[in-house]
Amino acid sequence: MTTAPAPAGWRFKQPSVIPGFGLTLGFSLAYLTLIILIPLSGLVWRSAALGWTDFWAIAADRRTINALEISFGTAFIAAGVNVVFGTIVAWVLVRYRFPGRRIVDAMVDLPFALPTAVAGIALTTLYAPNGWIGKLLMPLGIKVAYTPLGIVIALVFIGLPFVVRTVQPIMEELDKEVEEAAATLGANRFQIITRILFPGLAPAIITGFSLAFARGVGEYGSVIFIAGNLPFKSEIAPLLIVIRLEEYNYPAATAIAAIMLALSFLMLLVVNLAQSWSRKRYG
Amino acid sequence: MEVRVANVRKEFERFPALHDVSLDIKSGELIALLGPSGSGKTTLLRLIAGLERPTKGTIFFGDEDASQKSIQDRNVGFVFQHYALFRHMTVADNIGFGLKVRHGAARPPAQEIRRRASELLDLVQLSGLEKRYPAQLSGGQRQRVALARAMAIEPKVLLLDEPFGALDAQVRRELRRWLREIHDRTGHTTVFVTHDQEEALELADRVVVMSQGRIEQVGSADEIYDTPNSPFVYSFIGESSCLPVKVESGEVWIADRSIGLSAPHAASGDALLYFRPHDVELLDGCSGCIAGTVAASRRVAGTRRVELEIGGERQRVEVELPVDHPAAQKSRVAFRPRRWKLFPASEPGKAS
Repeated sequence: MTTAPAPAGWRFKQPSVIPGFGLTLGFSLAYLTLIILIPLSGLVWRSAALGWTDFWAIAADRRTINALEISFGTAFIAAGVNVVFGTIVAWVLVRYRFPGRRIVDAMVDLPFALPTAVAGIALTTLYAPNGWIGKLLMPLGIKVAYTPLGIVIALVFIGLPFVVRTVQPIMEELDKEVEEAAATLGANRFQIITRILFPGLAPAIITGFSLAFARGVGEYGSVIFIAGNLPFKSEIAPLLIVIRLEEYNYPAATAIAAIMLALSFLMLLVVNLAQSWSRKRYG
Repeated sequence: MEVRVANVRKEFERFPALHDVSLDIKSGELIALLGPSGSGKTTLLRLIAGLERPTKGTIFFGDEDASQKSIQDRNVGFVFQHYALFRHMTVADNIGFGLKVRHGAARPPAQEIRRRASELLDLVQLSGLEKRYPAQLSGGQRQRVALARAMAIEPKVLLLDEPFGALDAQVRRELRRWLREIHDRTGHTTVFVTHDQEEALELADRVVVMSQGRIEQVGSADEIYDTPNSPFVYSFIGESSCLPVKVESGEVWIADRSIGLSAPHAASGDALLYFRPHDVELLDGCSGCIAGTVAASRRVAGTRRVELEIGGERQRVEVELPVDHPAAQKSRVAFRPRRWKLFPASEPGKAS
C-alpha cells in the first residue's frame, strides 16, 4: 500500500529480481516497431516527398481543414456524450441487481462486434427524414441524417463500450466503506458522488474518453452512411483520404493522413498527461 | 449523549443477525462489544450508526428516536477497521471533510476548518502531517487520521469497528492506551467492536459479550471475568475447564464419587462444572476431590499446564500448577476448584 515517493530526476524503475525485463522490453520494442512505427513512418516518408509548399497547400485547403474540423469536432462531442452516459450505464451495471442485467451488460459490447457499416446503415434508416426517429424529429426542425449531428450519433454508438468497459472495473473496486464514512460525516448523496466517487473514477473516465475519442476520429464505416458526405458540411477526414486515393492523388492522401496522425498523437498525449496528473493526485 | 437500544431485531434476507437486543449506554461511557465473528457485534454498531436499519425495535439518542433519522443527520463519528480514508485528499482535507460538506451557516469558514484540522492532528499526535496523502502514512497513522476525522464533526457518539484489527500487535497496544487517554480527555460516548478480549477488558468501562445475535452478558471487566453468567461467557473470556458432573442432594458428583463441592441451590441432574485452570487447590489425598492421570504437561511462562484425564470417560481438563510444585512430577494429580460454577447440561451455549 505504502509507496515511496518517486526520487527526483528520471531513471529506470528498478526491475524486480524475477527475470524477464530484458526479454520482454526487447520484444515489445521490436513488435511495436514492426506493427506501428514502420507503417506510420512510411506515411510520413511518403508525404515528405511532397515538399513544404505542396504540403502546405493541401493542409491549408478549405476542404481539408473543414474535414479535419468535422472529424475532430464530432469525435470530441461524441466522446463527451459517451463519458456522461457511459458512466451512468457502468454505474447501473455495477451498483444494481435487476432482472436482465446480464443481457444489458452483454448488449454494451455489441458496437464492438457489429460491422460498423451495418451500424451506419441501421442508424441512417432510423434517422433519415422518413425513418422512425427522423420522422419524429423532422417537425421539430431537427435534421439528423446527412448532417454533422448524424456523425455524432454514429460515433456515440461506436464509442459507448470504450467508456463503459474502462470505467466499470474501477467502479467495482470502489470501497463501500469510503462512501459510508462520507455519509456518517454528513455528506449527502450528491456530495458523495462529486467529492468522493468522481475523483476516484476520474483516471478511468479520462481513459475511456480518450479511447472513444481516438476511435471516433478514425471511424469510417458507420459514418459515411449517415453523414451524407457533403464537402465543407459533413465530410470527414478519413473519407477525404479515400476520395484522394480514388483519384490516385497519393501525396494528398498521405499528407492529410499525416496531419491527422500528428493531431491525434498530440491530443492523446495531452489526455495522457491529464491522466497521469489526476492519477498522481488521486491515485 | 446517552444511547438506548430497545428490542432491536435485524434480519438480512430473512436470516436473523440480531435477536431482540436491548442495551443502555451511559453518556461518556467507553463500551466494548465483544464476541466471536458472526455474533452480531458489528451489525449492532452499524445499527447505532444508521448504516443499517433495524427490522424491528428502536434506537434512542438521549430521548430522541434516532432510528427515523438518516445517517447524515445522526451526527455519529464512525471509524472503520480499514480506515476508509479519502485517498485523493490530504490528511487535512480528510479531517475537514465533515465540516466542509455542511450547508450555509453551519459550515465554518475555511480558515476555521483548517485550524480545527490541525488542532485535531495535535490531539492524535500527528502534528505537521497536514499535507500528506493517506498512501504516505503507516497503518497506525491512518487510523489516527480516521479517528481525528470522525471527531471533527463533534459527534454525539463515537463508534469504532475493530479499530485496531488491521494493525500489528505493538501498534495495537500503543493505540489502545492512547484511545483511552483521548476518551478520558474528550469524554465522547464511545462504542467499539472487537473480537480481542484482552482489548475489551483492558480498555472498556463496560463490556458487552455477544454470541449468535444475542447479548450474553453486560458488565465491567471484573464482573465478566469473575461472575460469568453463561457457559459461553465462561469459556469465551479467559481460560476455562469444563467437566460433565451430576448434582444430587446438594452435592456435586463425578460418576459415583463426590468431589467435595456442595451446591445446595442447584437443581438435581446432569450439569457442567466450569472453573479456571489457575484457580484450583491442589490436594494430596483424595476424599472429596477431582483426581486424574496426567496426559500432557507443558511449560507456559511462569507456570506449568497439566492436562488431566478424569474418570472412566477420560474427560480432559486443564489445570495450572506452580513450576516447582511436587505434584507436577506425579502421574496422578488431585485437586478441587476454588471458584467454580455449575450450568445445566441440557442447554449448551445458552444462558441459564
